[in-house]
Amino acid sequence: MATTAEHFQAHADDHHADHDHKPAFFARWFMSTNHKDIGTLYLIFAIFAGIVGGAISGIMRLELAHPGIQYLGAVAEFLTGKPVEMNSALHLWNVLITAHGLIMVFFLVMPAIIGGFGNWFVPIMIGAPDMAFPRMNNISFWLTVAGFVSLMLSAFVPGDAAGNGAGIGWTAYAPLSTYGSNGPATDFAIFALHLAGAASIMGAINFITTIFNMRAPGMTLHRMPLFVWSVLVTAFLLLLALPVLAAAITMLITDRNFGTTFFDPSGGGDPVLFQHLFWFFGHPEVYIMILPAFGIISQIVSTFSKKPVFGYLGMAYAMVAIGVVGFVVWAHHMYTTGMSVNTKLYFTLATMVIAVPTGIKIFSWIATMWGGSIEFRSPMVWAIGFIFLFVVGGVTGVYLANGGIDDVVHDSYFVVAHFHYVLSLGAVTALFAGFYYWFPKMSGRWHSEALSYLHFAVFFVGVNMIFFPQHFLGLNGMPRRYPDYAPAFEHWNTVSTDGYMVMAASLVIWFANIIYAFTMGKKAEGNYWGEGATTLEWTLSSPPPFHQFEQVPTIEDNDHH
Amino acid sequence: MAASLASIIPPKGSNLRTGLLALVLALAMLGLGFAAVPLYRIFCQVTGYGGTTQRASAETAGAVKVAAGSISVRFDANVDRGMPWKFAPEQTTQTMRIGARKMAYFKAENLSDKPITGVASFNVEPELAGKYFNKVQCFCFNRQTLRPGQSIDMPVIYYVDPKILDDPETRDIEQITLSYTFHIAADDPSKALDRAGPAR
Repeated sequence: MATTAEHFQAHADDHHADHDHKPAFFARWFMSTNHKDIGTLYLIFAIFAGIVGGAISGIMRLELAHPGIQYLGAVAEFLTGKPVEMNSALHLWNVLITAHGLIMVFFLVMPAIIGGFGNWFVPIMIGAPDMAFPRMNNISFWLTVAGFVSLMLSAFVPGDAAGNGAGIGWTAYAPLSTYGSNGPATDFAIFALHLAGAASIMGAINFITTIFNMRAPGMTLHRMPLFVWSVLVTAFLLLLALPVLAAAITMLITDRNFGTTFFDPSGGGDPVLFQHLFWFFGHPEVYIMILPAFGIISQIVSTFSKKPVFGYLGMAYAMVAIGVVGFVVWAHHMYTTGMSVNTKLYFTLATMVIAVPTGIKIFSWIATMWGGSIEFRSPMVWAIGFIFLFVVGGVTGVYLANGGIDDVVHDSYFVVAHFHYVLSLGAVTALFAGFYYWFPKMSGRWHSEALSYLHFAVFFVGVNMIFFPQHFLGLNGMPRRYPDYAPAFEHWNTVSTDGYMVMAASLVIWFANIIYAFTMGKKAEGNYWGEGATTLEWTLSSPPPFHQFEQVPTIEDNDHH
Repeated sequence: MAASLASIIPPKGSNLRTGLLALVLALAMLGLGFAAVPLYRIFCQVTGYGGTTQRASAETAGAVKVAAGSISVRFDANVDRGMPWKFAPEQTTQTMRIGARKMAYFKAENLSDKPITGVASFNVEPELAGKYFNKVQCFCFNRQTLRPGQSIDMPVIYYVDPKILDDPETRDIEQITLSYTFHIAADDPSKALDRAGPAR
């Protein structure tokens, strides 16, 4: 450790040296305190976790291509190394849906969009040298990795009588997650949530402090780029929602292991209380995943329309409104737990109110493009794709907000289609948009624009093929969370699985594009998007220097966002 | 003391101060998460949320004015999965004047060769009626221990509050279902065995 201390000392000493001093490989990547390096680590980690989570959904789509159980048994035998009974194959299904949900939420979207792009660009966009607490930033990253490892380990210890792994769903409802799963796998999965949650809370504290305290002169709150606003609102959502999840899953742990009965009626508890606590976290959580996507899209639409974003303050406070209202709508996930008509009425109305600020955002993006000198570079194409997909998911969201309709389609594939349109298609499309927008900035190398367009076209067709038919399946009554279904549902399930293959092919194009960039890509200049790109990251070289802003930038009154 | 305290607090505008304030906010939410447990119980008891019934003393029950209308109560009895008890109501329905006290009986029998302590959870359907369904005496107020093979009759004394007629959401209710589910008490040895068992 002495060498570490010396290193940091040395680091501080030549902080003001002109040359771009970087630590050696191990110190740079494993003990990193640099926001750009940590952002890169987050992005690499998210891509890795996304491949795992995406492969899991591949197994699920393969199994669902036709009625009956075809592949689960073989996968379970492969994992355990011995012949298994049908019950174990079915348990494996529960393990897969649990892992898919948790990985995609906690280890793909959140690390990529907040940890990756947030870390990379929030400090630069506000003219700060780094995050407020660089070492805590490092802890956040490695705790996220530890959480992922804990979730992976859960797959190798007993879940319940039927086999290994936690089959509790990403919602971990009691009593399934308490006395319904008596093996240690569930404890590992819950611990993974504790670790990822602690990491995110620390990240949120870091972002809030950075944004409040470290803005360059002239960078008032009302002049911050919308991506920074989106991360600020997201950080507050994380700070207020994740501790509630931490409390709920801690009670799960004590119910499981220490004889408490928070969620067990035999000791006076109530399993529905867990659902309330979970969704008090869970609904803000979906905005945690989508708000930074809104921020990215705002930057891109403005850049390629060569106009400041329409209705800047309205856009910023629409996100604040979505965040605030997001905390008082949680029970629309629980319409079928038994609620009075008046309670349903309230939650229906409150949920629909969210469509208003969301509509402000959609219309402001369109108004930004209106009359703009639009350039359809790859990030812009992805951003327009995002707006379309998000509107589809948003419209089904308004439909599902109705307590009466939800009684019919609750826990059906309609719900699956809805939340994949806003998250899998929405947030992930925004991630790709941000990726193509900032990749040359981060790496200093150009990707191929042609491959980016191809990636978009194939991805867009693929994801719509996967999820649009699931609306039909849900309305026809196909329930979610089962590996088998009535033969009447076969047609659209087959289409959906074919769509998965198309989507998977688009990822091959993406990886090819990354390889192209690092092998043959042209060097990117500082502001490669030209006059429309006005935020501070475009004043720096690509990639930016290890320590940015040799001169503190000053933001003038007439600079737009 | 005040001076020393002030010296600990990081200066205004410092990163540490903002960070600590954010941390305090997170810890407050963590505390609220745990506080939700008693708050939720109180909320259910006060509002009758989820069909939570009310508890009334004999004096309160005696002071209730019986209303003109009558209402029917249907009885439902269940045991939790894995609990070796037989548990059933001794009457299917009862009809009484709204506000009048009535007694119903449930029979429970321990089918196992071990003494078992049970605890009953309960609610009414429609859930909106929970606020107006009052129990004066109930086996669910206490835990019940049955010796191996023992069978007992357990009474419930209840009445429906005439205020149910003043509430536009509940005044058309003609029948209320009173439902019980017996669980093995959390600290009963047979429950502990069930819980501590390894993956079967």
